[in-house]
Amino acid sequence: MFATYGPMFLMMLVAITLASLFFIGASTLGKKKPTPEKMMPFECGSDSSGGRHLKLSVKFYLTAILFVVFDIEAVFIYPWAIHFKTLGWVGFFSMTGFLVTIVVGLLYCWKKGALEWEK
Amino acid sequence: MMTSTLLVASIIKILVIVGFLFNVAGLLTWVDRRQSAMIQDRVGPNRAVIKIGKFELRVFGLLHTAADGVKFFFKEDFMPPKADKLLFSLAPILVMVPVLALAAVIPMADTLCLKQIHMTAMVNGAEQSWWPAAERVGTCTTDSVEGAVSPLNVGILYVFAMAGQGIVGAGIAGWSSDNKFSLMGALRAASQMVSYEVAIGLSLVGAMMTYGTVRLDDMVRWQGENAWGIFVQPLAFFLFFVSAVAESKRIPFDLPEAESELVSGYFTEYSGMKFGMFYFAEYMEIVTSSMLVVVVFLGGWQLPFLHRDGLTIAISDVVLVETVKMSHLLVTIIGVVTFFGKTLAICFIQAFVRWSLPRFRYDQLMRLGWRVLLPAALANIFITGLVLLAIQDAGPSVQGALKTAADVTQGIVAILLASLALRGVVFAFSSRKIEHVLVGSAAAMSNARGGTKDAPMGA
Repeated sequence: MFATYGPMFLMMLVAITLASLFFIGASTLGKKKPTPEKMMPFECGSDSSGGRHLKLSVKFYLTAILFVVFDIEAVFIYPWAIHFKTLGWVGFFSMTGFLVTIVVGLLYCWKKGALEWEK
Repeated sequence: MMTSTLLVASIIKILVIVGFLFNVAGLLTWVDRRQSAMIQDRVGPNRAVIKIGKFELRVFGLLHTAADGVKFFFKEDFMPPKADKLLFSLAPILVMVPVLALAAVIPMADTLCLKQIHMTAMVNGAEQSWWPAAERVGTCTTDSVEGAVSPLNVGILYVFAMAGQGIVGAGIAGWSSDNKFSLMGALRAASQMVSYEVAIGLSLVGAMMTYGTVRLDDMVRWQGENAWGIFVQPLAFFLFFVSAVAESKRIPFDLPEAESELVSGYFTEYSGMKFGMFYFAEYMEIVTSSMLVVVVFLGGWQLPFLHRDGLTIAISDVVLVETVKMSHLLVTIIGVVTFFGKTLAICFIQAFVRWSLPRFRYDQLMRLGWRVLLPAALANIFITGLVLLAIQDAGPSVQGALKTAADVTQGIVAILLASLALRGVVFAFSSRKIEHVLVGSAAAMSNARGGTKDAPMGA
């Protein structure tokens, strides 16, 4: 138990320390001379126009929801995949039923145009 | 095991893997520039120089990497006045930490049995010591040092969990920057990474079914005993590799930072080393994804016909070379070198992809993820299942034939590696003359004027 998780947390500690060192170095070493021009949002030299926050395309929400659906499906498949050889044909057909359901869902999304970015 | 042994071993392993990650990530920034120069027929980076009197040290532009690092640290650190201060500062750390933490579960070598490294005994009254070979199968349970920093039994799941954190960092960076282009870049990054994560997750299911484990070191062991993953799961290898390139957000998948559209994407407002952290994390991501490809599909630390006890070349029952016993320590060291060598090769290929392919359009990117890779991954699961069960039901003759086929693939890999090594040696010792040949409009122009010295007219 300790032999497994101890080194893992040590590694995480190392990672956090290194990232923090980079961060502290970046914040302290350079000189700071802010000017009004520098403070403007950077847009390749042209003046910024419009509001600072955008209205997001609904496509992004759709992608997020599709991700949740299909990634959770993947999580359901993992335990089955590991025990696949012991489960035999029974396991295979029960998972086929599950996969067919998923594929039907995927086809439905496809037909509805959820998988198309531009229409 | 003794806690002190564990601590020392862990620290050594962390030093090795973190050192490798940092150095190779730095080296990759150089490879990127040097390779682009090679492909585009330019000179490439060569300005950074250390001068000692008359002596100039340029080392093929390698010093640019060091100069970049120093420059990044001493640049002005800028924060937009209306940015969310906490989140803006947190984002680069959130991007960098998971990439490093991910490396904790990657096995660099086979388990090293401390008791079997060196042995001493009294033989005929005289003390003798030798470096024994390990057993062919099985590992020791006590006094052992695992190949990975942490031999987690849910290795692949930990990898997915850590790789998924990159989205959070990118999203927070873009959102907190108070800049439209950053926000657009963050949105693109999030939806792209999320889309390809599904493909990554499902592409590995076929491999898990074949290996019957999610432990990364057991996966490598399975490949050593049978055939490498790339032969067993070719489609999964392709899907995983494409998705891994997409996850690292590089050309051809670099839409989140598409510089011609979005200034620089979600890290537009970052400067100095904070930008450097995003940049560096991206390169480290290339290294870790290459490591994963090597572990899951290219046999990890394994070399063809090199087993735990030494070299045995055998196709099925036909033994070509009897076991050449090698000491346990030597085999382990060869394993570590092999693993890192393979990783470097895959890193090089990933850099090569960048300079060979143009950028996708966003709708093409989404179509590839959802309508090509995802159905292909599902089909791969189904086909793998059918084939595996058919093999299980088939008689021993089929299984024997498959075992022979697996050994033949090992032979193929051995021949490929040997010819590559031979090619490298020939290349290193051959004298080369660089020829400048003009092509296209430049050639036409020079031909019209009677040719140049390097490409005379009509050449």
